[in-house]
Amino acid sequence: MAMTSFSLSETVIDAAALTRELAQAGAGACVTFEGWVRDHNDGRAVLRLGYQAYASLAQSEGERILAEARDKFAILDVRCVHRVGLLEIGEPAVWVGVSAAHRGAAFDACRYIIDEVKSRVPIWKNEHYADGESGWLHP
Amino acid sequence: MKCRVLYFAALRDHANTDAESVDTLASDARGLYAQLRARHGFGMDESRLRVAVNGEFAGWNHALRDGDEVAFIPPVSGG
Repeated sequence: MAMTSFSLSETVIDAAALTRELAQAGAGACVTFEGWVRDHNDGRAVLRLGYQAYASLAQSEGERILAEARDKFAILDVRCVHRVGLLEIGEPAVWVGVSAAHRGAAFDACRYIIDEVKSRVPIWKNEHYADGESGWLHP
Repeated sequence: MKCRVLYFAALRDHANTDAESVDTLASDARGLYAQLRARHGFGMDESRLRVAVNGEFAGWNHALRDGDEVAFIPPVSGG
C-alpha cells in the first residue's frame, strides 16, 4: 500500500500517471472520477475558483476516508488528489481513482470517496464571479 | 493562557489574518470562539462550525491548554 494515497496539489493533476499507479495484475476494473471547474454556479457566471485547505487536517481526514473505503469495499488500490490555489474553468479540481478485481466495488468505492471528501475534508472554494465579486462557499 | 488560532475561508477574510496568538481565560473551545466572535464580529454561529485542536477534530467542550493550536472550521466546499 502507498504511504500516502491522498494528497493536495498546487499543480495540474496528472490523471494518466495516477491511473498507472493503480495498475496491478489482479485488477479487472479501474474507476476514476474527476471534478472540473465549471463556469457557473447558482445562476452566476464564474471566471475561476480559488481553493484553500487546512493542509495537515485535510491530509489526515483524506487518508481516513481512503482507509474507510479499503475497509468497506473489495478494492485493490486507491488514490485521491485535490487541488489548492487558483484554478481556471475546465481544470480538474479533484481526482479519485480506484482499482479492484471487479467493477462493482470500484464504482461503489469511487462514489463513496468523492462524497465523503466533499462533505468532510477541510477544503474551501472561493468563486470569482464575472461581475467582479467573489465569495467563499459554505454550504 | 495563550492559544494559537487558525482561520480559514470566510473567517480568515473576516479576521483579516490566517492565524493569531490569543490570550484567553476560556476553559474550552466554545468559550474561545465566543471571545473571538466578540472581538472580530464573526457572523457564523457555532452550530455551523467544527473545531480542531492540535490538528485533530475535537468537540466544543474540549478543554484547552496553554499552547494549543485551535481551528474553527466553516462548512467545507471542496470537490
